[in-house]
Amino acid sequence: MNAILLSLIQAVAVLLGITLLAAGLTFAERRLLGFWQDRLGPNRVGWQGTLQIVADMIKIFFKQDWTPPFADKIIFTAAPIIVLTTVVLAFAVIPLGPFAGIMPNLNIGLLFFLGMTSLSVYGVILAGWSSNSKFALLGGMRAAAQTISYEVFMGLAVVGVVMLTGSFNLETIVAAQTRLWFVIPQFFGFLPFLIAGIAEAHRLPFDLPEGENELGAGFHTEYSSMKFGMFFIGEYASIVLISSITVVLYFGGWHGPLLPPAVWFALKIGAFIAFFILLRAALPRPRYDQLMSYGWKLMLPLTIANLAITGALMLAGIE
Amino acid sequence: MSVTLPDAIAPPALKSCPPAAQPAQPVPPSPQATTDAIETIWCDADHLIRQMQYLKTDQAQNYRLLLDITAIDERQRTHRPHPNCADFTLLYHVLRPTDGKQLRVKIPLTQDALIAPTLCAVFPNANWYEREIWDMFGIRFAGHDNLRRILMPESWQGHPLRKDHYSRATERGPFVMQAATEQAEQYALRDSPALAGMIDDADDDPETMIINLGPNHPSLHGVLRLVVKLRGEEIIDVVPEIGFHHRGAEKIGERQSWHSFIPYTDRIDYVAGVMNNFPYVMGVEQLAGITVPARAQMIRIMLAEIFRIISHLVFFGTMVQDVGQLSPVFYVFTDRERALELIEMICGFRMHPSFFRIGGVAADLPQGWDGKVREFLAYLPKRLDEYQSMVMRNRIFKARTIGIGEYSAAEALDWGVTGPGLRATGIAFDYRKIHPYSGYDQLAFDIPIAQRGDCYNRVQLRLDEMRESLRIISQCLEQMPPGPVKSNHPLAMPMPREAVLHDIDTLIPHFLNATWGAVIPPGEVSTTIEATKGLNTYHLVSDGTTQPYRVRIRTPSFAHLQIIPAISRGAYLADLIAIIGSIDFVMADVDR
Repeated sequence: MNAILLSLIQAVAVLLGITLLAAGLTFAERRLLGFWQDRLGPNRVGWQGTLQIVADMIKIFFKQDWTPPFADKIIFTAAPIIVLTTVVLAFAVIPLGPFAGIMPNLNIGLLFFLGMTSLSVYGVILAGWSSNSKFALLGGMRAAAQTISYEVFMGLAVVGVVMLTGSFNLETIVAAQTRLWFVIPQFFGFLPFLIAGIAEAHRLPFDLPEGENELGAGFHTEYSSMKFGMFFIGEYASIVLISSITVVLYFGGWHGPLLPPAVWFALKIGAFIAFFILLRAALPRPRYDQLMSYGWKLMLPLTIANLAITGALMLAGIE
Repeated sequence: MSVTLPDAIAPPALKSCPPAAQPAQPVPPSPQATTDAIETIWCDADHLIRQMQYLKTDQAQNYRLLLDITAIDERQRTHRPHPNCADFTLLYHVLRPTDGKQLRVKIPLTQDALIAPTLCAVFPNANWYEREIWDMFGIRFAGHDNLRRILMPESWQGHPLRKDHYSRATERGPFVMQAATEQAEQYALRDSPALAGMIDDADDDPETMIINLGPNHPSLHGVLRLVVKLRGEEIIDVVPEIGFHHRGAEKIGERQSWHSFIPYTDRIDYVAGVMNNFPYVMGVEQLAGITVPARAQMIRIMLAEIFRIISHLVFFGTMVQDVGQLSPVFYVFTDRERALELIEMICGFRMHPSFFRIGGVAADLPQGWDGKVREFLAYLPKRLDEYQSMVMRNRIFKARTIGIGEYSAAEALDWGVTGPGLRATGIAFDYRKIHPYSGYDQLAFDIPIAQRGDCYNRVQLRLDEMRESLRIISQCLEQMPPGPVKSNHPLAMPMPREAVLHDIDTLIPHFLNATWGAVIPPGEVSTTIEATKGLNTYHLVSDGTTQPYRVRIRTPSFAHLQIIPAISRGAYLADLIAIIGSIDFVMADVDR
């Protein structure tokens, strides 16, 4: 009984922590962008603007929750829930430290993560479709095409790590990196994985489903209030998710000298989150067809070549 | 200076009108004397097409650019310019790009036969100009395939620029919007005639859809509506709808005194401030025969070039943001702030300084201006280098802009494209060089050109032009002549204050000018400048009163918007955003 209660508390704490972290990221992103773009960013509410998140939350909860009369109401409501739920569920398998996390020991942990990220695209597509608006539809179509093509090599890229460790268990994968982080032997698996991860999170330069310059707000054009808020938090949660899974798979998880494991993990994730934000500050957005050909013609062959070479080396007995 | 046109310029494929083998001048032209010495000939409607074709295709004439078409309601005119002059006059303004020579062709029309042949087959860009004339004057163009209103709503009663149309709301009864009217107007927007050309009943391809960009859209730089027909994300057709920003600047001009119209010009291209004052005051000065003192000329050039930099910076930031790069727009607005501080220091105002006056500028430069300008000159080049490496050398930016929205030199001339948009096609046509005004001939600067005529070239050229503008400003700084900043001419407005207070001969004209307004001698003048976006021409007609009889404002943005459909077909939706970003227009400049 106690064990169940304990794990329940742990699960709630982790999920709540993730959601709050995602909300906090909206503030961090704005301040960081402000820093890189020669401006201040939000600095008025609370000390250095730290209460900005609270203000934003209050605002977004009290906005009119408007469902357009032309939308398919059930699916329209379900879509943001799907997005947020799948992203948050994927955190269940992330090992946050030694013996920390909800279910880091799951023997199909990696597959569960891939499955959840694949499911989350349903939310985006359904949002685009059920809004019954052309801008949202175009955004949804882009999301479908982009996610499918980028997931292909995302899945293939992690196979390299799986081959090296012989396990889908994320804890085992972390444990296998005590001597050497997988980013070194699997560098050409890491690159496609990171790029696909950015695309999964719909972040610039892969934010075509939103594509604000041509599509207004893309798939969530018609959303308001907390339904929009869920997409928004979902996007930031998936940044955290992609950062953590990258750290787990390629950067040795919580391993690191001197500092406690949790700090190492937080530092590594923080670096990736900052990298994601820096990308947004630095890069323009490619065109839809350029993005697709980049994925299929460059990234996919690179991933397959990486797999073939990893396999060959393993067969030859070189680790 | 002369400009060489590329050999590749062949007469365009004409839709309905076969090109005449040897277009001969149809009738002996009947010349008219004008104040500005631009050759003006009278012709009649029957010979118009042949006359214009002759002007365009004859090697000796070679007037390849149709600068403007407008009309004048002559019915209340007391000083008729020519015996042929009837109730209405159609005015065709062409320009020879090789040497900048201009020519006007006028067609008289009587009230009971307000019709002329369309010029679309000879100059494609006549399309919108003719629609505007139909809208504003009610003159029909036979053979025009889409003669709809362009600036006013389709439901508008009357033709605003006619002299018998009221110009102020107080001159008509109170306006009441009935519920039925409101609904009718909304339905009219939904069944926009713009759709008529795109939706074909036979074409029920389920793969295509019509999408409405604007008039309220983040990337359209103002209230522009683009009705886009898409297959997937590929553009089949685009129809631009304009007129949402129309404020009737030309009609307002007819009710303002010559002096009090200056602030209105500022608002035409609102990112280019004093650049709009420039052609207007130059025009009035020509009509009045005022010579502007050298110091005022130099101040004008310096301010105009600062505003060119401001306008190009805004263009650059927003264009780059349109392709998804979020940061440069913040950097350029920081730079623009620096430039606006210079403007504020000199003019006391930022975006709309209205600093030019008839006969000079409003005030002398403040003490210590040169230090601030020098600081700016030292500051900007480093930033431009940064933009060059951050944006122009970025691979994604290149992939998004190189080869996108291309047009050739011949197409550019056909559509009336001027300014950087024309220079991007390899034609070194810059009005400051080819027909120097206000003392540009004393300053050394180059004309940056590019060859391909795509979005990338258009962005690059503006970066290069900012460097040339900096060169010009630094020369102004070094060479700024001493002396008065205001002419002593009795029609200059306002008169120099020291003279007014000491001299009755200055006080009297000052009193008259300040109360009634200066009486400008009758005449007609066109003044053209190289504005930030292309050629900006003011055509002023004076009937010898305190108000202009007609103010025609030819803006570059209006001409440039017309080319969007031609260069967007077959591109992707995202390209369309890059294309309209690279064209650099301001909706207030389009709709006036």
